[in-house]
Amino acid sequence: MSSLAARRRSPLALLMLLFLGLTFTGTAYAALQTGAAPGTSAEGASQEQLGEGRQLFLANCASCHGANAEGNGEAGPSLYGVGAAAVDFQVATGRMPLPAPGVQAERNISQVHFSDEQIEALAVYVDSLAPGPDVPEEQWLDASQGDAANGGAVYRTNCAMCHNSSGTGGALTRGKYAPTLMGVDAQHIYEAMLTGPQSMPVFNDQNITPEEKRDVIAFLKSIEDGANDQGGHTLGSLGPAGDALFAWTIGILAFIGAAVWLGRKAA
Amino acid sequence: MTTHVPQGAGHLRTDETPPERPASQTDQSSPDAKFPGALVWADERVGAAKGLRFALKKVFPDHWSFLLGEIAMYSMIIALITGTFLTLWYVPSMGHVVYDGDYVPLKGVGMSEAYASTLDISFEVKGGLLIRQLHHWSALFFIVGIALHAARVFFTGAFRKPREINWLIGVVLSLLAIIEGFAGYSLPDDLLSGTGIRAMNGFMMSAPVIGTWMTFFVFGGEFPGEAIIPRLYIAHVLLIPAILVGLFVLHLALVVVHKHTQYPGPGRTNDNVVGFPIMPVYAAKAGGFFFVVFGITALVSALVQINGVWVYGPYDPTQVTAGSQPDFYMWFSDGALRLLPGWLEFTLFGTVWSFNIFLGSLVLLPLVWVVLGAYPFLEAWVTGDKREHHILQRPRNAPTRTAIGAAAISMYLVLALACVNDILAIKLGLSINDLTILFRTMFFVLPVLVFVVTKRLCLSLQRHDRERVLHGNETGRIVRTPEGRFFEAHEPLDEFERWALVDYDTPTPLGLTQGPDVDSRGVARRRGPLAGAQAAVSSFFYKDAVTAVTPAELAAAHHHGEHDALESPSIPQLGAPVNDSTGDDDFSEGHGSAVQAPTHHR
Repeated sequence: MSSLAARRRSPLALLMLLFLGLTFTGTAYAALQTGAAPGTSAEGASQEQLGEGRQLFLANCASCHGANAEGNGEAGPSLYGVGAAAVDFQVATGRMPLPAPGVQAERNISQVHFSDEQIEALAVYVDSLAPGPDVPEEQWLDASQGDAANGGAVYRTNCAMCHNSSGTGGALTRGKYAPTLMGVDAQHIYEAMLTGPQSMPVFNDQNITPEEKRDVIAFLKSIEDGANDQGGHTLGSLGPAGDALFAWTIGILAFIGAAVWLGRKAA
Repeated sequence: MTTHVPQGAGHLRTDETPPERPASQTDQSSPDAKFPGALVWADERVGAAKGLRFALKKVFPDHWSFLLGEIAMYSMIIALITGTFLTLWYVPSMGHVVYDGDYVPLKGVGMSEAYASTLDISFEVKGGLLIRQLHHWSALFFIVGIALHAARVFFTGAFRKPREINWLIGVVLSLLAIIEGFAGYSLPDDLLSGTGIRAMNGFMMSAPVIGTWMTFFVFGGEFPGEAIIPRLYIAHVLLIPAILVGLFVLHLALVVVHKHTQYPGPGRTNDNVVGFPIMPVYAAKAGGFFFVVFGITALVSALVQINGVWVYGPYDPTQVTAGSQPDFYMWFSDGALRLLPGWLEFTLFGTVWSFNIFLGSLVLLPLVWVVLGAYPFLEAWVTGDKREHHILQRPRNAPTRTAIGAAAISMYLVLALACVNDILAIKLGLSINDLTILFRTMFFVLPVLVFVVTKRLCLSLQRHDRERVLHGNETGRIVRTPEGRFFEAHEPLDEFERWALVDYDTPTPLGLTQGPDVDSRGVARRRGPLAGAQAAVSSFFYKDAVTAVTPAELAAAHHHGEHDALESPSIPQLGAPVNDSTGDDDFSEGHGSAVQAPTHHR
């Protein structure tokens, strides 16, 4: 304690403090910020919130989606009926506003420049133009209430063909891809199933019920918590490709190294 | 001599005179005293001494590349031992059960008994997961070892007479190894392995006319049925291992019969083997290497997950996962399927002909092994060489063969990488469509490029060897003569180093050795129907060969060089290969004598 106290006036202490402060604030902010509050919908929104949403929309979205979200040809689709859930998913994961044209909008949490309130205002505004799916209720996002085993079965039937059975993602055509689901917030997983962003199909409540969606979230969170990590390093969960890479590099080099050593050893 | 070694039962039976008493009552002064009683006992009953003496006197040359086959051999033994352990718990049945084991994310999920028992081995049997991973890793290392061993045998020409049959056995062994591997990783009946079986089902179905019948025969009805897991199981644990081990013993027996090949080196000829006898040195080395291989495999198995079947979930024909790949040895075939264009599937006579699948599987798979098996005979036909070869070739000294091998490997790699196109696409941020176009192009372009580059590299290395033999190593020491000229002093190679560089011969193209087509009396030479092709291929193989330095050339170079350095204005080291020997070979210098042995036993 005394040694720590003795160093508190060092110029490095300030730097250290600044570094720690920024790291924790940033991490905590990124961890806590999930976008619009669960259950967000145009219903019951205040006029003030709608007005703020419209301002934000005009400043950040209208150039591609049109001043009234009617769409603008190839630049951006109409947002009528996409709902608050789609807006929250796209904006709170950093996909929209699109930083640059590309094959696919990428998830990028560090790129989210809106506060939760602003995202909520945007979501409410777009939902008010023509109603669509709402941001899911809290009860469907709680992984601890879900059945991971059933979620796994639902996941393998509906999701694994693109996102991989371990949720690490997979390639689609022409440079598009199904992103990894590891580290994705439960709310965004739910919204993605509900709204079918980009190449993903829509899984509405008739396809996969809210309970099953919660099971899927529970399944994915169980992988995140290490359910698959048995028997050593997973080599990126790439299946036989990772095994082959290991066998043909580290594995075989160890054997050849031993063989060369033994071959050189004089009798 | 005979008094030193017990003679065995056969000797007792045939010999008229009673043999000298074997040392059952050991007498310290007798020559038999050094044999343990147990050995003598065994020898008196089964005649073990003769066989043992033969075996223990076997001499093996030392080189790391000779241990590649041993990696395969030891991995096979590890797989056999661990596989036996797994059979004690694995249930080869597609009967339906509801999982109620230790792995929570699958609790209550319906699955086959095969999958449930694999999960039990992984999570409930003590040490089960480690043994499972040892089994799978050793199986991968088995095939890696086979591939490297085959490459070593190919690139050093060890398959030449008299070892063609052993090469064929090896080719069959490698095919059996991958079939065994496929059958093995299909057994857990998880989503990944079931997808593999589905692919195999599709392969068979693509066979024109008989495809559907064939799959019904193998699967006992519609896919998936209930028969395929028990059938694969018996193939995996009984049928294929029995053939594999049998052929492997034959493979080793032929190595003993032929004696081991050796790399060129001082004192090594076609008629001897330079190395250590099995006892004690080689036995210690090889036995030690087994433990090294086992140790590395165990370490890897303890630290790195392989085929985590719980990740994939039970097999269900309606499901599939992204990133489904077979184990690496099946990649080339899967990759071919990904590259073959869709228009190869068409309808004719009211039937669908799936050549997009048929070519990449039922044609490609056998074709690879037929080409492998045929190569030694092709090369023997091209060289017209009927001699036995026990001295290996350095790869550079067979430039066309080395280039063919490298080109074939590049072709194989293109197909194999095409099988992981989705993983490459997502990891490298590329378009899977672009990768497909790239691989399709590379399949045709890369082998040609690799062939040309490899051959040129080999020829350059050979020329470099010639330079070194004729003119020695550069020393970096610049000498100034009294007249003021400069030259770099070269240091002649010593005889031991030189031997390895000159101990090879290059066949002459057959077209050049057969004489004119019509003799002096106007009678046409009799030619076989393929003689023209044979001469053409032979010329392709050997027309630009760089031959080894002969003793005469070496002598001329020394003679030439020393005079030049002192008298003539040109610097000889930079000149063309020295062939302009004037005949007054100066052997008194003694430099040339050591290279005589190898190049003259044609």
